[in-house]
Amino acid sequence: MNHDSAFTDQPRGFPLTRHSVLIELRSDDREKRERAWESLAAAYWRPVYCHVRLRWHASREDAQDLTQDFFLRALGGNFFEGYEPGRARFRTFLRTCLDRFLSNEQRNAGREKRGGGISFLPIDVGEVEADLLANGEPASDPDQLFHREWIRSLFTLAVDALREECAATGKEVQFSVFERADLLPIEGAERPSYRDLAEEFKIPVTQVTNYLAFARREFRRLALERLASLCGSEEEYQSEARELFGITSP
Amino acid sequence: MTRISDAALERLRDVAEWPELTGNRYEIVGALGQGGMGTVFLARDRELEREVALKVLRAVASTPEMALRLRREARILARLEHPGIVPVHDVGRLPDGRVYYVMKLVRGVRLDQYARAAVLTDLLRLFLRICETIGFAHAQGVVHRDLKPGNIMVGAFGEVLVMDWGIAKVAEEAGRRSGGRADGNAADKADRGRKAGEQGHPLGDTAPGTVLGTPGFMSPEQERGDVEQIDARSDVYSLGAVLRLLVTGSEGHLARLPAPLRPLRAIWRKAMAPIPGDRYPSAQALAEDVARYLDAQPVGAYEEPLLEKGRRIIAKYQTPILLVLAYLAMRILFLVTRGM
Repeated sequence: MNHDSAFTDQPRGFPLTRHSVLIELRSDDREKRERAWESLAAAYWRPVYCHVRLRWHASREDAQDLTQDFFLRALGGNFFEGYEPGRARFRTFLRTCLDRFLSNEQRNAGREKRGGGISFLPIDVGEVEADLLANGEPASDPDQLFHREWIRSLFTLAVDALREECAATGKEVQFSVFERADLLPIEGAERPSYRDLAEEFKIPVTQVTNYLAFARREFRRLALERLASLCGSEEEYQSEARELFGITSP
Repeated sequence: MTRISDAALERLRDVAEWPELTGNRYEIVGALGQGGMGTVFLARDRELEREVALKVLRAVASTPEMALRLRREARILARLEHPGIVPVHDVGRLPDGRVYYVMKLVRGVRLDQYARAAVLTDLLRLFLRICETIGFAHAQGVVHRDLKPGNIMVGAFGEVLVMDWGIAKVAEEAGRRSGGRADGNAADKADRGRKAGEQGHPLGDTAPGTVLGTPGFMSPEQERGDVEQIDARSDVYSLGAVLRLLVTGSEGHLARLPAPLRPLRAIWRKAMAPIPGDRYPSAQALAEDVARYLDAQPVGAYEEPLLEKGRRIIAKYQTPILLVLAYLAMRILFLVTRGM
């Protein structure tokens, strides 16, 4: 059986040779820089939006514009040049940049629109707003809120990639079992047992075990891959990976 | 785009760490707890249709040395067949290379939680059973090295289970002595203790200077990392600390202790003597002194003042003394009324 080392979480080396968003953000190659920016924005727009909305009490429209502006500024300027991997986690650094940006915007009494009102990011604010409403009172610690939303973004990207991967390789049932067992919100109800899933999908119980193991392993690999590309150093990656998949005692 | 709720977020964080059990008979139900080395899961044995506990190395701690340690822990547990020690059912390796073992699922509460709502005599009887379990392990040449209330479970029927033998020290067969001394250390290979593991040190023999145990419950020789000095009396020290916690409800010293509890204080002080030679020689000897206290007999560790001795004797023989006094009173009354 072939198992990706990522699944075992063996302290895997930081993939410096692989696609690294933070390195490519500083690239002289404009295409590379833009691609890195897109990856960065895909992973961070949601936590940024939530932070602006909940911590800076911006209206829905203002939060959307400010989120766009922030990433546009990051693309156009030298926003992240001051980042030193050894000193702080990138997400902490990014949030500090964001707060500084928002503070300046507030001081300037109004935002200077750089996109002429055009949305550059694929932001689905309606969905985020629905989640914010459903999740009730936000975490009182801004760092905690930002971190949580960042994990949600990362997991969303990984799950979407897994869905695409499964569809491309004819493993839709594997994904559906995973979705049913681990993704669908079950408020106040017990999660389906392997036997329940076997009956529902008309497959043997051992197959459920195999499918879930496959999907969870792939999900983990994809999430760690994305995480690695968003970290500035091996230490940061390892520490983020441990935090991401840490287990809390019941 | 997938929408991930808070509940799904937590679920994903958990399941990504769950062991992959393809090809075997177990099915993970949920996580029960996590230590420095391993995570314990509630699992279902599909063959026997029962729930079990499955301990697996944490992915981040999965090194060959830690795998050896977990196997060793399973073997120690398998060797210690006793009602006070959780039985091991199975040992294996996951497809991702991590070692796991399966044990009986213990349903109960930790001793410190149980102690909050229990009366002292019940706790002392429980303590005797803990000593008996540890005494048994010592007789098998195993020193626990991490005894504390958090590692002792009390079941629904008052049964006691000593858990977490991950840093136990195993004596050589030839090193065993009578009286429960377990002071050899040859089987200490591949063991460097949880704390060392957490700090990311390489594993190997328990090197001099390596600190194993839990502050407040570990003996001075453990605190010093004096590996050669660690033997059954190190566990006696920890048992003394557990006794102190059961009696006082705290890990510290109480300034004033009611007179009837002073013999118990003397017992735990003797058990926790800084020099191993000044402690009880075995868990059994410690238990015997506690049993004497429960029987209102003089305990070996306490030099009883005359007044306390009188009180103890009166308390112990309260009923016959009252009967004799009542008889004497009636006799006197009878004589007085007859004289009149």
